[in-house]
Amino acid sequence: MKQTKRFFMIPYFIWIGLFVVAPLLLILYQSLTNNQHQFTFQNYVTYGTSSTYLHMSLNSLWYAFLITVITLLISYPAAYFLSKLKHQQLWLLLIILPTWINLLLKAYAFIGLLSRTGSVNSFLTFVGIGPQQLLFSDGSFLLVATYIEIPFMILPIYNAIVELNPALINASRDLGATNWQTFRRVIFPLTISGVKAGVQAVFIPSLSLFMLTRLIGGNRVITLGTAIEEHFMTTMNWGMGSTIGVVLIVMMFIIMALTNDRRKKRRELNDDEEN
Amino acid sequence: MAAPIIELRGITKTYDDGFTALSNINMTIEPGKFYSLLGPSGSGKTTILRLIAGFTNATTGSILFEGQKINDLPANQRKVNTVFQNYALFPHLDVFDNVAFGLNLQKRPKAEIKKRVLDALKLVQLPGYANREISEISGGQQQRVAIARAIVNEPKVLLLDEPLSALDMKLRQDMQYELRELQQRLKITFIFVTHDQEEALAMSDEIFVVNDGKILQSGTPVDIYDEPINHFVANFIGESNILPGKMQADYQVEFVGKTFECADAGMKPNEKVEVVLRPEDLDVTTAEQGKLVVTVDTQLFRGDHFEIIGIDDDGNEWLIHSTNPVRGGKHIGLTFEPEDIHVMRFGEKEADFDARLEQYEED
Repeated sequence: MKQTKRFFMIPYFIWIGLFVVAPLLLILYQSLTNNQHQFTFQNYVTYGTSSTYLHMSLNSLWYAFLITVITLLISYPAAYFLSKLKHQQLWLLLIILPTWINLLLKAYAFIGLLSRTGSVNSFLTFVGIGPQQLLFSDGSFLLVATYIEIPFMILPIYNAIVELNPALINASRDLGATNWQTFRRVIFPLTISGVKAGVQAVFIPSLSLFMLTRLIGGNRVITLGTAIEEHFMTTMNWGMGSTIGVVLIVMMFIIMALTNDRRKKRRELNDDEEN
Repeated sequence: MAAPIIELRGITKTYDDGFTALSNINMTIEPGKFYSLLGPSGSGKTTILRLIAGFTNATTGSILFEGQKINDLPANQRKVNTVFQNYALFPHLDVFDNVAFGLNLQKRPKAEIKKRVLDALKLVQLPGYANREISEISGGQQQRVAIARAIVNEPKVLLLDEPLSALDMKLRQDMQYELRELQQRLKITFIFVTHDQEEALAMSDEIFVVNDGKILQSGTPVDIYDEPINHFVANFIGESNILPGKMQADYQVEFVGKTFECADAGMKPNEKVEVVLRPEDLDVTTAEQGKLVVTVDTQLFRGDHFEIIGIDDDGNEWLIHSTNPVRGGKHIGLTFEPEDIHVMRFGEKEADFDARLEQYEED
């Protein structure tokens, strides 16, 4: 039994080894060498001492934070109302559907919508306040990034809400809670796992968005993702690119650690000892 | 009779798809008594409880709490608390916070909350469990926490929705005693929903037998057991031998081709009726002395009694409970007293039934 189990796990281990562990080691190796393939910490020193990189890192964190917050603010109510609707499967499909479309296509679609001659500006002109510069702004970058990330936030939250035992809501109301108190004390704490999963699914990819920063943000928004692309594709400084990659991976682990469940501390009840 | 604490008047409940869950329910609940709503699953008993708790609305009729109509009062403002079927404890809170939930909402002082929660836990025999997580305690303990969470708010009425159904046999019987004791100590009204007739008989001051969205019969456990109104009630409450019969005259009933003296009256001559004989009221004797003679088919030892199935000459099956096993010959006689025979009319309403009983019992 154990033998066959191990046998069937072989493809999994090969996959993990080839496509997860090996690339990570390669990135680590690259980040610790210079262009002459000599061992050096120079890339990390450069990263740590350069205000440009520091600025970029903060920028990445800031935009990823903004995207996550906006996505969450839209997705939680959306998931909540979705769980109350009749044709939930259909609505879910409509939410998932855009994720099947290539990111590049969606980006180009937004360029079409937001450009000076696009339909949004046509409308703005029609009501007399246009045309405006919409593309290549922080606002348009956040709009498109949020749009793209929303399904990844809605789905885990929706699942958490659907799994919630409706008897708990009745119990809360039975004990005297208003709708808002029920939400704050029962529904939200019990769906926080979905929120955490959604935050992980949105925040981490948002750290390294680079195509949108270029196509929609017009390189006005420079993040670590953009920097990696520059180093690998333009300046050919693979060592530095890998270093930023390692930094991103470390950030991701920090986010994972922060959003993971921790044991809550126990209350002190001195006159009520455990038996 | 004390002023009723809860009254249901002409309650009906029809769902959007046309399904009628309740039709013309009238109930009067007095303070400080233990009531059971007894019926098979799907009978509507839980719907009655949900109406009182405020989780669902009646289509017509009114619900009164201490004389005030509360149809439109939301659940969180009603002075009742519920113990849910699968307890519905909050998994993200520990035992203490579960019990303190209602008091925290009322923004009581910290010290008072602590005292009342610990007292409630003591009352349900869980002292020292305050810091446990819900996932760390057994089903029986969760049950107690659910009761503590409800009674700590000092409701005037406690609603219990099949709270014992998930427990094993032994624990269930222990909890029956405890619940009854708790109710008598707190002196509040319990409305207990169950499909288990033994539970209802053991604990209740009064039972409402519910089926198909109607209350078939209400009364004390002894009344309902001894004088079931119809076939359904007789069958559902306890085990019975039910036979077709004919009322020849007052105090004379004919069944299995013989005429017997009985204690029932007030029916038309030669009215077709059903006759109930409880298995424990049938006494085994010799074939010569018996009012009826049956052939023993099977005999099972049930621990506290023997369960005997006999078949008479007409092919009717008889269920007999006897403390002693039948030995020797397979033919046995059965005897019973006139008052062991209970006669039921077809389609008799509860009010008519009660009136008739009262009338001839006075004679």
